[in-house]
Amino acid sequence: MSGAEKIAVTVTDIVPVNELVTRFEFKRSDGGLLPTFSGGAHTVVEMRDGDITRLNPYSLMSDPMDQTAYTISVRRDDQGRGGSLFMHTKIAIGDEMVISYPVNLFSLDLRAKKHLFLAGGIGITPFLAQIKQLERFNGHWELHYACRTQSLGSYVDELTSQHPNETHIYYDDQKQVIDLVRLLDGQPLGTHVYVCGPKGMIEWVRQTAAAEGWPREAIHYEEFLAPQPGKPFEVKLAVSNKVISVGEHESLLEAIERAGVDAPYLCRGGACGQCETNVIDYSGTFIHRDHWLDDAEHASGQKIMPCVSRFEGKTLVLDR
Amino acid sequence: MTKFTFPQSIKSRPIYGTLEARDGSAHLLVADAHGAEAILDVATPEMMAKAHIIYIPKGEHFEDKLRALKPALFYSGPSYSAAEPRLRKALADARMGLQVYLTGTEGLMGQAMNAAMAAGIPHTAIQTEHRGSVARRMQCVHCKGITEDVETDPFVCSHCGLNLFVRDHYSRRLAAYQGVRVDAEDPGNVPEPKGIYE
Repeated sequence: MSGAEKIAVTVTDIVPVNELVTRFEFKRSDGGLLPTFSGGAHTVVEMRDGDITRLNPYSLMSDPMDQTAYTISVRRDDQGRGGSLFMHTKIAIGDEMVISYPVNLFSLDLRAKKHLFLAGGIGITPFLAQIKQLERFNGHWELHYACRTQSLGSYVDELTSQHPNETHIYYDDQKQVIDLVRLLDGQPLGTHVYVCGPKGMIEWVRQTAAAEGWPREAIHYEEFLAPQPGKPFEVKLAVSNKVISVGEHESLLEAIERAGVDAPYLCRGGACGQCETNVIDYSGTFIHRDHWLDDAEHASGQKIMPCVSRFEGKTLVLDR
Repeated sequence: MTKFTFPQSIKSRPIYGTLEARDGSAHLLVADAHGAEAILDVATPEMMAKAHIIYIPKGEHFEDKLRALKPALFYSGPSYSAAEPRLRKALADARMGLQVYLTGTEGLMGQAMNAAMAAGIPHTAIQTEHRGSVARRMQCVHCKGITEDVETDPFVCSHCGLNLFVRDHYSRRLAAYQGVRVDAEDPGNVPEPKGIYE
């Protein structure tokens, strides 16, 4: 079976954080200890919703050294494909679930002299674990966190009371904006910047930092893409000799799995590169949405990331 | 011979590029001897307005030309060791956005890169361009002493006196190539020294 190793867990706590965000706590169902992880890691949560199985990645926000429980925060997305709504409406304390071992695609670069964190909305979650990790060895960090409103500012109170000197909060509805150029310009040599939030924010930070002369290696970002719905399409899987159809609301990867074909994956959000698949033949247009392949690869018609990308056209034959 | 094409070698051997002017909040240029030519090639008035040049002439006469570029700060010193405290201070005071350009001999570039990395700049973000002497900074694997400006292979370790073979095995941490005793099995049987690339 593809993906990281699995852990059977029990939901031990559910806490509404605000109108949109709810926190879930998991403990091992066998009573044992969970693996430690590193700040920035995520777990893939299996959601068995009737006939549909969803596998959604969520950043772990608990203390990476706390092996008794993991916590995640799930932001409800009413327009999404239903994973967050399932967590919000169908999951109760005591439920048994399956999660994956932690996987980190957004780890701290511990060579950094200073860590500058930029969070937008629910993008705060990986930083909560990274801050706990850094605090253990007196790391040098600073957080700039943009929220829509005061009432939607998840964990703002906890951050500002525990780390008043490191935490800077910006509320969109009060027209507070991170003064990015000035912030970046004032950073000591050896600072690494990390950004997690909406796509526009990530692009803004990456482009501004590059224009200010920041090395590419000192700019870190994480954006989980949820697979977007699209027109249904048919795919031929050449190796397993199957023709499958991808539904409007499922991803290509999910359709491959539904057909009983074991396809590699890790993040399911277009970032890690595990599910990269060779295209044998096609006639139509790719809708590439991943962060993994570069522009030339996207244009080549030779590769697709089935976790988030789709296809429109007559034929698509994959090496799977 | 101020530009030299190094032969293909093992993976640990550094590869040098050609300096290009990059956007940045400040520019730190460190050069020795003929490295001055690479600075003259890459310098723009815009870059020089925010530039700090640290130069070690090693007997070459480029100082006036470099000063004529009107860098914001200019320093000329007799050796890397003499210039190093200034380099470290410049790095300690620098902010993100600083662009680092190293040019000249391998020994100079390697040591300055070491200082820049220690200050937190990823080595891949530091530009280098080789100019001038192809002499190497060598570490004797036996006594660990460093011999600067080695031009022949084999050479005599300036610390322990062993005859050392010049290897391409490079240490970024030491900013030096590895020198290994050439006559360990048959003491006294030392090949005639010749130029490293001859």
